[in-house]
Amino acid sequence: MAQILQRTPLHDAHAALGARMVPFAGWEMPVQYEGVIPEHRAVRNDAGVFDVSHMGEFEVEGPRATELLQATLSNDLGKIGVGQAQYTLLPNDAGGIIDDLVVYKLDEFRFLLIVNAANRATDFRWVKEREVPGSDVRDVSAAYALLAVQGPHAMERLGLPPAPRFTFAMAEVDGVDCMVNRTGYTGEDGCELLVMAEDAATLWDRVLARGVVPCGLGARDTLRLEACFPLHGQDITPDTDAISAGLGWCCALDKEFPGAQELRETKARGPARKLVPFVMEEKAVPRTGMAIEGGGEVTSGTHSPMLDRGIGMGYVPAESAAPDGELTIDVRGRARRARIVKKPIYKREETS
Amino acid sequence: MAATESYPDELKYHREHDWARVDGDEAVLGITWFAQDALGELVHYEAPDEGSTVTKGQPYGEVESVKAVSDVIAPLSGEVLEVNRKVVDEPETVNADPYGDGWLIRVRVSDAGELDDLLDAEAYKQVVAEQ
Repeated sequence: MAQILQRTPLHDAHAALGARMVPFAGWEMPVQYEGVIPEHRAVRNDAGVFDVSHMGEFEVEGPRATELLQATLSNDLGKIGVGQAQYTLLPNDAGGIIDDLVVYKLDEFRFLLIVNAANRATDFRWVKEREVPGSDVRDVSAAYALLAVQGPHAMERLGLPPAPRFTFAMAEVDGVDCMVNRTGYTGEDGCELLVMAEDAATLWDRVLARGVVPCGLGARDTLRLEACFPLHGQDITPDTDAISAGLGWCCALDKEFPGAQELRETKARGPARKLVPFVMEEKAVPRTGMAIEGGGEVTSGTHSPMLDRGIGMGYVPAESAAPDGELTIDVRGRARRARIVKKPIYKREETS
Repeated sequence: MAATESYPDELKYHREHDWARVDGDEAVLGITWFAQDALGELVHYEAPDEGSTVTKGQPYGEVESVKAVSDVIAPLSGEVLEVNRKVVDEPETVNADPYGDGWLIRVRVSDAGELDDLLDAEAYKQVVAEQ
């Protein structure tokens, strides 16, 4: 059966720019416009904009909304106030990761969750099933479009005032009302603009008119991998846990949530394997699924446009997961050396 | 900078998007504009060893972009006389000049009869049009 792909409100805008479109998580999305490498560099050096309208948005509202989310998400919502955001996990009962997401505290009784497109239906079911009287979970994804504007000059290009990371505010960008979220997934400064779907095309045009470069999912993947941000479905899955993935920092193990006990035990015992970032020492591009000698596996791999070398992340036995350790990766039958590095794989030198 | 689409008349083509420039008993091989465009900017070229042999219709190397890896298929059989080191060091050369500086290997053709199986530019353009 042919798969019916959903289209974002910016589909025509992408076509007009000559984007190469690909199926992604049930959506027809731009993978590149000019090319992955120039788009990647635009985000590292100036500012780029990504259509990430395929991502899902849920509203969780009610006097017991906090209680519902505290019992469902891994991070401690008590650490953020109104106007702040938090990276968190949606764990299953075994401590596996159903999804990773960002939660925004809109007011004392209202939260916005922005989730991965591929997991939207699963996430919604999972949270909805845990609703308690006094909490209401709604999938509001169709109402919104989301534009990630990322890069050292992103805020300046948009004419927006500086603001701390992981905060948000309502603002106007050239006459278009948006929620400006100081979040992103590229390792660069910038924001994500949540906008009503019907205003998306206008906002997109105005952002481009400010000299921001349109970027596709190809560059989004190379950027997040250089920054060592895990991709759900590859680096983290319902079968991998937060401790092994190095995401213990966003798990409040002093509260109760699904899988919390399993995570405490894994932490106390020490995980059997760990997710490590690595850089190739020989010419080769590591890819998802390649074997790492000694019982490991590459979960994400690409060519780093900034380092001009192969980079990746993968799970290796905990005893061989220390930085500077050497790995041997089976690149289609050829043994190629890589070295474990500290996170992030690439970080721009701060110049100001 | 990416090249503009072209399929020079003086080349012979294989339907797996490879070309051959034949000169006496030697040939220079590479990938077509269509192949490099489909892959995007190349970041790695896994070249064969000089002195090894390549077989018509079989892969002799790999080219990779950020997103994808592709075998390179030999349009002709022969012995590898030379690998283009410039492409090993700067794979994006293929995107800039797929039929010139972006050649991949030079071979001594072992069976001139194989030439008859290759496509001319017009026939190859038909293959591209059907993609």
